[in-house]
Amino acid sequence: MKDNDPVLMEDVAEGAPRNLSRRQFLVTSAGVASGALVIGMGIPLTPARAAGTDQMAPGTNVPAFLEIRPDNRVRLLSPFNEGGQGIFTGMAQIVGEELDADPESFIVENAPAGHDYLVVFGKMRITGGSLSTRSSYDTMRRLGALGRQMLLEAAAAQLNVAVDSLTTEPGQVVHTVSGQKIAYGDLAKAALDLPVPDPKSVKLKDPKDFRWIKQPFKRLDVPDKATGKAIYAMDCKVEGMLHAAVQHAPRLGLKPGDIRNLADVQAMKGVHSVHKLDGAVAVVAERFWVAKLGADALQVDWQEPTEAEKAKIRYMPADFSTEAFARHLTEAKGDGTEAESHGNIKTAFDGPGKVISATYHSQYVHHAQLEPASTLARFNADGTLDIWLPNQAPEQFQAQIAKVAGLKPEQVNVNSPLLGGFFGRHFLYPGANPYPQAVALAKAVGRPVKVIWTREQEFLRDPLRPMAAVRFRGALDASGMPVAIEAISATEGPSEALRGHNPKKVDSNAVEGLTGKAYAIPNRRIAQIYVKNPTSLAYWRSVGHSMNDFLYEGFLDEMADAGGKDPYDLRMTLLKGNARLTNLLKAVGDLSGGWKRGPFTAPDGTRRARGVAMASPFGSEAAAIAEVSIDPAGKVVVHDVWEAIDPGSIVNPALVKLQAMSAATLGVSQVLMEEVIYKTGEPEARNYDLYPILPPDRAPRIHVRIVESGAQMGGVGEPPLPAVPAAIGNAVSHLTGKRVRSMPLDKLTLAT
Amino acid sequence: MKLKINGHSVEVTSDPDTPLLWVIRDELGMTGTKFGCGLAQCGACSVMLDGKVARSCVTPLSSVGAAEVTTIEAVEADPVGQRVVEKWIAHQVPQCGYCQSGQVVAATALLKENPKPSRDDIAAAMVNLCRCGTYNRISDAMLDLAGLGTAKDGETL
Repeated sequence: MKDNDPVLMEDVAEGAPRNLSRRQFLVTSAGVASGALVIGMGIPLTPARAAGTDQMAPGTNVPAFLEIRPDNRVRLLSPFNEGGQGIFTGMAQIVGEELDADPESFIVENAPAGHDYLVVFGKMRITGGSLSTRSSYDTMRRLGALGRQMLLEAAAAQLNVAVDSLTTEPGQVVHTVSGQKIAYGDLAKAALDLPVPDPKSVKLKDPKDFRWIKQPFKRLDVPDKATGKAIYAMDCKVEGMLHAAVQHAPRLGLKPGDIRNLADVQAMKGVHSVHKLDGAVAVVAERFWVAKLGADALQVDWQEPTEAEKAKIRYMPADFSTEAFARHLTEAKGDGTEAESHGNIKTAFDGPGKVISATYHSQYVHHAQLEPASTLARFNADGTLDIWLPNQAPEQFQAQIAKVAGLKPEQVNVNSPLLGGFFGRHFLYPGANPYPQAVALAKAVGRPVKVIWTREQEFLRDPLRPMAAVRFRGALDASGMPVAIEAISATEGPSEALRGHNPKKVDSNAVEGLTGKAYAIPNRRIAQIYVKNPTSLAYWRSVGHSMNDFLYEGFLDEMADAGGKDPYDLRMTLLKGNARLTNLLKAVGDLSGGWKRGPFTAPDGTRRARGVAMASPFGSEAAAIAEVSIDPAGKVVVHDVWEAIDPGSIVNPALVKLQAMSAATLGVSQVLMEEVIYKTGEPEARNYDLYPILPPDRAPRIHVRIVESGAQMGGVGEPPLPAVPAAIGNAVSHLTGKRVRSMPLDKLTLAT
Repeated sequence: MKLKINGHSVEVTSDPDTPLLWVIRDELGMTGTKFGCGLAQCGACSVMLDGKVARSCVTPLSSVGAAEVTTIEAVEADPVGQRVVEKWIAHQVPQCGYCQSGQVVAATALLKENPKPSRDDIAAAMVNLCRCGTYNRISDAMLDLAGLGTAKDGETL
């Protein structure tokens, strides 16, 4: 058996009818089959070819990215990990376009850690920030073009003709005069041994000649995901591996003291050993279920840290409650540190028109990706460490894992399997990644160990989207038009939570979505009052926008109502002269069949209303309209969401629509039902029973229109989220006549 | 203990209280069936027992008895399962994919029991959670499989 072969018992796994064809396939096409089996394992390409590459600019060392097999299939090592967003397919389209190879012939895996893969603006590598395509589009096109050039040069040498007498057709080099053709697969070995040409020497295609970019190309990963063959970190295994389960300290910062029933747990059938770790106790066993039973049974005396220890970590106090913390945020004093200002906020509120004010709240939310965190670690005889873990930043993890393991980074082989959802969950977060546990345990037991966090342990350590209380003030002129808006957010941003707070600076991730709004309100001031959160904080899909656009767009509707304006018309007026955004707002209005706010009675007799909201996240623009009613139990029903999204320009319209539907659905989930509640220092919910996420029967129909304004390419994965909760909140406020100023709506008592 | 799974009879040594999920994943080495919650909340662990959907994370091995277990790995061996997989691909349902083994199994179990489910039957049976928001496309694929046409009132791909 190969390491990580997902099919241990092939006969059982495959079922008889497929067995024969499968084996046949293995025999006839071994390379491809084994590639498919280990997809996501990030096995480096030929080391000799990739060696000595540190001098090359990231994204140019063709052999570190591409392998073209004798059967013409192309294996691409992607700098970005696939977690449902479709990036493996997008990368195949982009590289395939310039390589002149059908993206359908691509096998895409996540690349190992390495300098060559730092293609995010040519200097870093994360799968996040909705950065993948927009930060690497030109680089990855150029990579494909360089590969094509190398194939042309190899063909020229083989045919003994001039390079400029050759061209390509998909998958082959063509000698135009003689009509001779050579398949890429027959040239690849010679081609990839050639020096990589100067990146400036290759010319990229004219977009009008694109064959695959802009097409709604189908996802390459779908067949494996529809048949259970896709491999996630959770599924990885190596020979001789032990399993581990942990019991985390109930509060971050506590340390394991005595284990009262240690002997009993050690004596449990199948238990290998019990280990005290940093903030956790682990049980190692031959099988996971035994380890889990052992970890659950442990009776640990958890010890408070010393004051000195508390200062170094994010210590969770025993009396922390989210209810009290929300009050604390509301009561935060002062004008805060300025993040954005325009006009004169001091005099703007002295005019003759109305002044309104309100305080809005955001809640803690979980990532709640379906695949809980896990890590498999194996120390090798040569001193290296192989590690398999879900991650959005291989080089960053490599550096930290090396520190924990006492190795050099280059001794740590980071394998990044497919992500079972991420939404910001799999960055480096102190206390929230299982790799320190897996490394410590593998070291302690001298065998490979896979640590799996149960859902309960996952929710106990999942870092959260921040809470905020935002104080809004708005001034209207005599005609009811907004002339001033001030928003002061009492919160802590995820970036300052992770990298340290600078008292002179605002964490842009804390206020984005309050800042950067496009409305022409002449006087405005956005500020942050830093209030440290006891919980661990994280990036959550669309980060600050995920809460702030809900807050801002809600208050904007309040200003519209106070001024007697329709909220759609008001937005259109405030965007006058902004062709990109007025087009977008018009597009979503059209998509919804023409703006109508309601309330109105639907054909089924329900009383309904619509809300509208906009957001400018991650370089893209979004506008959403939602239609809601209230069911007899007082719960919000979201019937339809219409969303227009303008990422400037796009690669694959099908992927953009998928991401818009996905992000919109997560937005619906957040606004309707999600909230992490802490009492006495611990989260109330440890599983989906008490932290429900959107079930299918509450999912609205989602309608998407892509608008390509031609502006600079923006992000796609996160931008469609933030406008959706706001549109829903605005629709509910209008329908019920009661202003919604916090999420989730399920906790409100609503009636029409 | 004997277990009938995917058309084979195998001897398993896990403790009888072990959830079927972990017997399938750890002892039999088939990783298509996923662990999501361990509490029958999400449905990522769905398998079929004698053709009926069951959440294997809360199904003790001892309760399986002589029932035939079918996992995602054998779904395509069944003509109904094969159709489901075809439609899942045609409608481009999966995103991260982690819940999709369970979704495909739940869909197959429904259609094996009721080849022409109504919209209500589909809603009652397709209750597994998905964090990526593939619900619209699951619905489209199911309507297609049930012969109810594809939804025209939402986004299709």
